[in-house]
Amino acid sequence: MAFKVLVCAKQVPDTNEIKINPETGTLIRDGVPSILNPDDANALEEALKIKDKFDDVHVTVITMGPPQAEEMLFECIAMGADEGILISDRAVGGSDTWATSNAITAAIKKYGDFDMIFAGRQAIDGDTAQVGPQIAEKMDLPQVTYVQKFEISDDRKKVTVERQLEDGYEVIEIALPCMLTAIKELNTPRYMSIAGIYNQNKDIKVWNAADIQVDLSTVGLKASPTNVFRSFTPKPKGKGIMLDGDSEKDLAKNLLIHLKQKHVI
Amino acid sequence: MSTNFADYKNIWVYAEQRDGKLMNVALELIGEGHKLSRDISADTKVCALIVGDGIGHLAQECFEYGADQVYLIEDPLLKNFTTDGYTKVISDAINEYKPEIVMYGATHIGRDLAPRVAARMDTGLTADCTHLDVKVANYIKFANENTTLNTSSLDPDDPDTGLKMTRPAFGGNLMATIICPRTRPQMSTVRPGVMQKMERMEGATGEIINVKPAISEGDIRTKIVDIVKSAKELVSLTDADIICSGGRGLGDPSGFELIKEFADKVGGVVGSSRAAVDAGWIDHSHQVGQTGTTVKPKIYFACGISGAIQHLAGMQTSDIIVAINKDPDAPIFEVADYGIVGDLYKVIPEIIAEWDNAEALYDATTK
Amino acid sequence: MNFQLTKEQEFVRKMVREFAVNEVEPLAADIDKEHRFPVETVEKMAKYGLLGVPFPTEYGGAGGDHISYAITVEELSRVCASTGVICSAHTSLCCWPIFKYGKAEQKEKYLPDLLSGKKLGAFGLTEPNAGTDASGQQTRAEDKGDYWLLNGAKVFITNGGYADVFVVMAMTDKSKGNHGISAFIVEKGDEGFSIGKTEDKMGICASSTTELIFQNCKIPKDRLLGQLGKGFKVAMSTLDGGRIGIASQALGIAQGALDVTVEYMKARKQFGKKLSQMQALQFTVAELATEIEAARLLVYKAADMKDKGLAYGPNAAMAKLFAAETAMHVTTKCVQLHGGYGYTKDYPVERMMRDAKITEIYEGTSEVQKMVISASVLGK
Repeated sequence: MAFKVLVCAKQVPDTNEIKINPETGTLIRDGVPSILNPDDANALEEALKIKDKFDDVHVTVITMGPPQAEEMLFECIAMGADEGILISDRAVGGSDTWATSNAITAAIKKYGDFDMIFAGRQAIDGDTAQVGPQIAEKMDLPQVTYVQKFEISDDRKKVTVERQLEDGYEVIEIALPCMLTAIKELNTPRYMSIAGIYNQNKDIKVWNAADIQVDLSTVGLKASPTNVFRSFTPKPKGKGIMLDGDSEKDLAKNLLIHLKQKHVI
Repeated sequence: MSTNFADYKNIWVYAEQRDGKLMNVALELIGEGHKLSRDISADTKVCALIVGDGIGHLAQECFEYGADQVYLIEDPLLKNFTTDGYTKVISDAINEYKPEIVMYGATHIGRDLAPRVAARMDTGLTADCTHLDVKVANYIKFANENTTLNTSSLDPDDPDTGLKMTRPAFGGNLMATIICPRTRPQMSTVRPGVMQKMERMEGATGEIINVKPAISEGDIRTKIVDIVKSAKELVSLTDADIICSGGRGLGDPSGFELIKEFADKVGGVVGSSRAAVDAGWIDHSHQVGQTGTTVKPKIYFACGISGAIQHLAGMQTSDIIVAINKDPDAPIFEVADYGIVGDLYKVIPEIIAEWDNAEALYDATTK
Repeated sequence: MNFQLTKEQEFVRKMVREFAVNEVEPLAADIDKEHRFPVETVEKMAKYGLLGVPFPTEYGGAGGDHISYAITVEELSRVCASTGVICSAHTSLCCWPIFKYGKAEQKEKYLPDLLSGKKLGAFGLTEPNAGTDASGQQTRAEDKGDYWLLNGAKVFITNGGYADVFVVMAMTDKSKGNHGISAFIVEKGDEGFSIGKTEDKMGICASSTTELIFQNCKIPKDRLLGQLGKGFKVAMSTLDGGRIGIASQALGIAQGALDVTVEYMKARKQFGKKLSQMQALQFTVAELATEIEAARLLVYKAADMKDKGLAYGPNAAMAKLFAAETAMHVTTKCVQLHGGYGYTKDYPVERMMRDAKITEIYEGTSEVQKMVISASVLGK
């Protein structure tokens, strides 16, 4: 039987490209590209490396989002995934991490048997790092987060990972099935391949709330235990001084005089 | 979901310890929890929750930094952090003692543990908070001083004491204040370095509650084979007085050699923008910003950093920001106290050369 | 009529751009300076299918089309024209004639390795005395019964020093003129075949441009590509397609130069204003952007015609003529817009200007394109 790896991924706005309109203080989201969340790309890459190593590995990417998130699944399959599943339904819109993990858990249960789940540590739009562990909790799976190195035994029964800490790392053995969350240090994601892009048999499924048989009282904005009370942009700081100088030496001297004046050096 | 709010009382701080030492963020959170507990009511306590094995001695430190009570959960199986073990004993304790608020440091461990506990409790969790309030009046004051939020719709006399958890989103482009109105406990992880420790009160004491954990070996499904302390060079961005950061404008990874030389000269630590980390020029541990470390040094030198908003989010509260960039329109100059438009490869060597002469240069201007 | 790229073509652009920005651009200035052929980049291009874009998967190709191939060369050339032409010469000048004219056994033998990029291809037509007048071939191939004997030399062969498979033209019957030319497949290591001098060029310095020397070179009989005496047709039709590749390269160079110039103009201030705020310069940018877009339409149209099986020769010539001249004009203007900095190697536009010039010369000079175009307009 094929070894099945699930990858949880999210399509996110490229937050590096988001700017604030200085006049209105609002976000400029026009023209901001949607991308495969970077940590999720590391998660997918690690799954694809398992597929490279063994003959009978099936990689399924699962995501929740609006219909256009199908583009991201197209990209994942062009990178080498076998299958993509998009959970898309107005009923799940506005879900916080708790509600999101309920929907994804329901979809995974519909999907059926699997051997392991990879997710990105966190998505760059919310930076919460909560959905992976919360799916693991609801699936009753052991988890390791912040995975920076991954090894699977040849018999595919045992996984050994390095979990990053602020001041080092832990080496952890974990039994399958399990949930692992990937960080950038884990690997370098591959590109799509041209043949992958032109693969005409992309297996992309779109499931709605009824398909995944999720309890509607556990998903969506209203079911979410956390709500946004207020949102706003930070206040910009006042304008500083642009230093003058005829040469780099003059500029450097001018700076040091100012710093000395402020008693900071 | 729990709905009887009256059953829930007190603020818990998960006082994370590693190798029998408390993490700094634990003490910061006790300080913040102390403040918030008094804002809720006179009889609300701030309690430290310490989990481990043979860690009873840490209670004293918690009391001295402001904890009213300490809950101790000790067991040989809890010697090192495991998601399964710690989630179980903490969830059991929360069920038994019903705190109103649980706060965790947003460390690699806190961010592993907290979502798992929140899911088990079926309650909300807000990640990476940078500001907390319970009183509406305090929230209004915070918002007026630091944000663009129009607070006219908020009533300072509102008796609501629900936790208002403010955090950056969209890479720091947006701030959101999150509430958890229908479930208890309210939970958040809080970014290390943003809350204030209290003055240490030598000899302060309080009540210790020993919680008997129901934990067996079979509960823990992961096995820690080894714990390796980083051989990486020590970067303590949070503690540095001076940070010299490099970004994409360095052009290539070797630019960090100049930044290192600069940092060595001025007694600073090397930082970087996300772009430089993404390019693979420097390790992530040096990254300042939304997805890296939040820093607040006395002087922050931003060298070849354009000032993407997500970088600004992590350093704009520095006392003095100096920006060196060849692009005069780089957004970094918007937050800089001193800006130099020029080639960093020419400017920085001059600063290094003149650094020791600063006093003389300054004296010359006053004569 | 449909000017919309397909979803696949859009993704090809996204993929190749990411690849080019991460893997190709960081090397571009160095390999230009060192005149170093980027072997490591070729390996990476192979891995992702960039060396077999417009060929069917049954031969190991990526299953794409000629528009996605044009986009591939364009995006590579946007950051490094040398890398662009490595892909173009391999794909259009070696893989394509074998795919088009090869016998089943030849296709099975050569295409899987070529299209997967395990082997690199080149094309030999030009000789010291047969440049624009390609009919004056002096390389001879004699039928020796159980083998062909080749004697002669080719010059200016792109990928020469690094290719494994060469499509080479040689005279098999001098009395028949053009109809006495035949095409052959020569392999690296064939007896009597060697690589001569490597040219020291003005631009595309990281591409390998060499002589091919045939001294009593013996190749098996089954290396004849296409029919005996039909080599000139093989060569001319190959160049028709090659022109789409070079036009794409020129398009990429022009777009790349404009992109870095726009970035520079938004940063550079003179007279208290950004260059981008000065109307005279704004108008220049408008003209350059318009020329580039016109070139793009010509290039994609020729590629689309090729995909649809239409006669695309004159359109490919128009695309190459216009795109090459656009590349030269745009890069020259972009150096000007950079002022003194543009003339230094600190900025990429001087490299782009040197690289652009070759697109007006190889795979048919601009004059040859005009001959092709005028013949189609006026009749032969």
